[in-house]
Amino acid sequence: MGLPLMIERSSNDNNNNNKVELSRVAVSDTHGEDSPYFAGWKAYDENPYDETHNPSGVIQMGLAENQVSFDLLESYLEKKNPEGSLWGSKGGSRGFRENALFQDYHGLKTFRQAMASFMEKIRGGKASFDPDRIVLTAGATAANELLTFILADPNDALLVPTPYYPGFDRDLRWRTGVRIVPIHCDSSNHFQITPEALEAAYETARDANIRVRGVLITNPSNPLGATVQKKVLEDLLDFCVRKNIHLISDEIYSGSVFHASEFTSVAEIVENIDDVSVKERVHIVYSLSKDLGLPGFRVGTIYSYNDHVVKTARRMSSFTLVSSQTQHMLASMLSDEEFTEKYIRINRERLRRRYETIVEGLKKEGIECLKGNAGLFCWMNMGFLLNTKTKEGELELWDVILKELKLNISPGSSCHCSEFGWFRVCFANMSENTLEIALKRIHEFMDRRRKF
Amino acid sequence: MKQLSTKVTSNGHGQDSSYFLGWEEYEKNPYDEIKNPNGMIQMGLAENQLCFDLIESWLAKNPDAASLKRNGQSIFRELALFQDYHGMPEFKKAMAEFMEEIRGNRVTFDPKKIVLAAGSTSANETLMFCLAEPGDAFLLPTPYYPGFDRDLKWRTGAEIVPIHCSSSNGFQITEAALQQAYQQAHKLDLKVKGVLVTNPSNPLGTALTRRELNLLVDFITSKNIHLISDEIYSGTMFGFEQFISVMDVLKDKKLENTEVSKRVHVVYSLSKDLGLPGFRVGAIYSNDEMIVSAATKMSSFGLVSSQTQYLLSALLSDKKFTSQYLEENQKRLKSRQKQLVSGLESAGITCLRSNAGLFCWVDMRHLLDTNTFEAELDLWKKIVYNVKLNISPGSSCHCTEPGWFRVCFANMSEDTLDLALKRLKTFVESTDCGRMISRSSHERLKSLRKKTVSNWVFRVSWSDRVPDER
Repeated sequence: MGLPLMIERSSNDNNNNNKVELSRVAVSDTHGEDSPYFAGWKAYDENPYDETHNPSGVIQMGLAENQVSFDLLESYLEKKNPEGSLWGSKGGSRGFRENALFQDYHGLKTFRQAMASFMEKIRGGKASFDPDRIVLTAGATAANELLTFILADPNDALLVPTPYYPGFDRDLRWRTGVRIVPIHCDSSNHFQITPEALEAAYETARDANIRVRGVLITNPSNPLGATVQKKVLEDLLDFCVRKNIHLISDEIYSGSVFHASEFTSVAEIVENIDDVSVKERVHIVYSLSKDLGLPGFRVGTIYSYNDHVVKTARRMSSFTLVSSQTQHMLASMLSDEEFTEKYIRINRERLRRRYETIVEGLKKEGIECLKGNAGLFCWMNMGFLLNTKTKEGELELWDVILKELKLNISPGSSCHCSEFGWFRVCFANMSENTLEIALKRIHEFMDRRRKF
Repeated sequence: MKQLSTKVTSNGHGQDSSYFLGWEEYEKNPYDEIKNPNGMIQMGLAENQLCFDLIESWLAKNPDAASLKRNGQSIFRELALFQDYHGMPEFKKAMAEFMEEIRGNRVTFDPKKIVLAAGSTSANETLMFCLAEPGDAFLLPTPYYPGFDRDLKWRTGAEIVPIHCSSSNGFQITEAALQQAYQQAHKLDLKVKGVLVTNPSNPLGTALTRRELNLLVDFITSKNIHLISDEIYSGTMFGFEQFISVMDVLKDKKLENTEVSKRVHVVYSLSKDLGLPGFRVGAIYSNDEMIVSAATKMSSFGLVSSQTQYLLSALLSDKKFTSQYLEENQKRLKSRQKQLVSGLESAGITCLRSNAGLFCWVDMRHLLDTNTFEAELDLWKKIVYNVKLNISPGSSCHCTEPGWFRVCFANMSEDTLDLALKRLKTFVESTDCGRMISRSSHERLKSLRKKTVSNWVFRVSWSDRVPDER
């Protein structure tokens, strides 16, 4: 990832000198959609696997969706929302009307309270969340962009540990004009962030005369599928205090940690700090897209310990409000303590089992994964299969896996990993049968290679 | 401290405007028929509350739509997972057809050219991100919706340069005003990227005439710039005239499929016509593939909830419902507007003759102590704090003449509107000006009406459609 913002002019400009130009943002490719991360999705769209109608189609393992716990949600909604009481206890007219008119950017109070309570449950009560510090946005995509607009100016930078979610290139940089400077992590220590790597990233930015405004981490990590250790979080916060910058913790996978005790949220660390000047630099992003498997409903949130940030984020959320219909539907569900406890527990258990299935299946083929404990994917090491340990070598292998095995997995280079040969493989967006078939295809592929 | 971006420290959010301050006052002391009869009546919020019963009865007859079912079967899973930024095809088709219906099916909208957004707030900002950047400007006729200062400028860094319109011709856009604004932008070292109009206009409550639309299309053609037509009130047209969209004009001038048509973009929303601001449904319509492509990707930052897309695609696909709704909506808006206008008249106050929208543009110049914006704000404060009516002062809409106010009428019951008008009349009669007016109200109104009629004649003389209303 080069430091200067890559701006490519559209070829149309050369054809007609009089054509009124679109903005730089519109014609740049900073939206990042030319990456293989998205190209693989396209291949899937063109030839999607279906158990009955298309058994030799592409299996989608490049989309981090959680489909393992829908039954729990469906049965809850069926029980609690029979026809007629959809718009609230007031029922019928009054309920619908009020809901349809509600566009207050503070968000439905009952919904914010429900979100706060849900976030507390996920952290086993080790941190408390004040509903008035919750700002709602249409998904974590919007939350991350919004925070970037608030914490940084064009040409400033956020430090982000690699490998990272490919979408960040768009979400953090595209319309904001802010840059990402990578904090390089590698397998020698399970890709954990080290103080040296942090300093190195900061120096790199400084040498290029770029002002660093904050560090953004994803905890648990996408694509690693692992939680960030408590010590690392403490070091990070120290670093941010010393450099006087912000710390954004994207915790959208926090409810997908297999064993609750293994997750430390930055909220827990802040909980025990009284110094406002320390707390004020910490911001958390959450969403219901991964833990609850509801990406279509567009529910994201920013939680900030900084009053000014909360106020501004609220105003900016006008551009990305959550549908009041959705807020209303989910409010009662998320505040139902009996339901949320049961859901979180069962969801974790099912994800853990899926993870073990895929990791063991891969191990049988001699393929190792990073030791993970969270998320909807595993971080698989196929470095030993590359012809050359380069980006090209990795993409070659990726292409073979996509075209021959018809598996769409995400190459590490699309996540800006500095080591080649790693791939993110999603396992929670398909049935158990389909997962078995995917493993079978990998087995056959490895068999063929062994015979060479 | 850990500094925040300049977007935070600037006033780009625009919330220090009287437009928003009035809302805050309302929130502190909201009127309630039973619980707070002396509270403030909200007349500064352009909501359409007149036709909920129609939607509610549709919902009762079509329970699947809101309960995430299709033919009685749960489609929860399918909706929960649907996050494709291209939007639900059935929904975009229904939106396209609804937009066509509002325009009397005279023009067609291709669903593939529609980009969904979380409300027109998001749609307008996204279009600006695509068309303009720091150093660029869009020309907007005044008075304009106060929210544009935030929506078009805040995060994009673009500028707005006003096209000054005045009461001398019913606030219509003139060629001279357009040229003057264009030159002003140059003086300010700004590159003009386009013109943005709201049609029907907020806050005027009037639809653009064919003459103005032709003028606009000619202007952007000669200057080689864009035209954004925010048509979110297109379904609230209640006058005798038909609504003329910029799309009608492109068709009539045989400019469809030309390079010019690629520079004309329409913004729509269901917040005003259908009264569903909470559901966050907006749309951009553009003939330019690059813009559709870029805007589609940007819509990731403000997608419409799949649950909402599903509900509304069912609602809007029901043509029996949509035609009944549009007709009834217009009837009720017209009657409500009449109630406001005649109530104001009995207090000696006139409005710009309106034929659309959820508000009237009210002339209170005669109630000002001096012909200044200070006096306007003084009057506004009295009306907000003493009369307890939240109305929006023209200065917050960047009007160049003091004394005009936007007063909403579709967000309350008939009784509440009655009460508001009574309060206003009492207030007017209690001032010196008011007493004068009461005494000679008959003569004054006669002469005012003559003036209004001539304004009206001026507006429709270029219209080749329907006889003017008297």
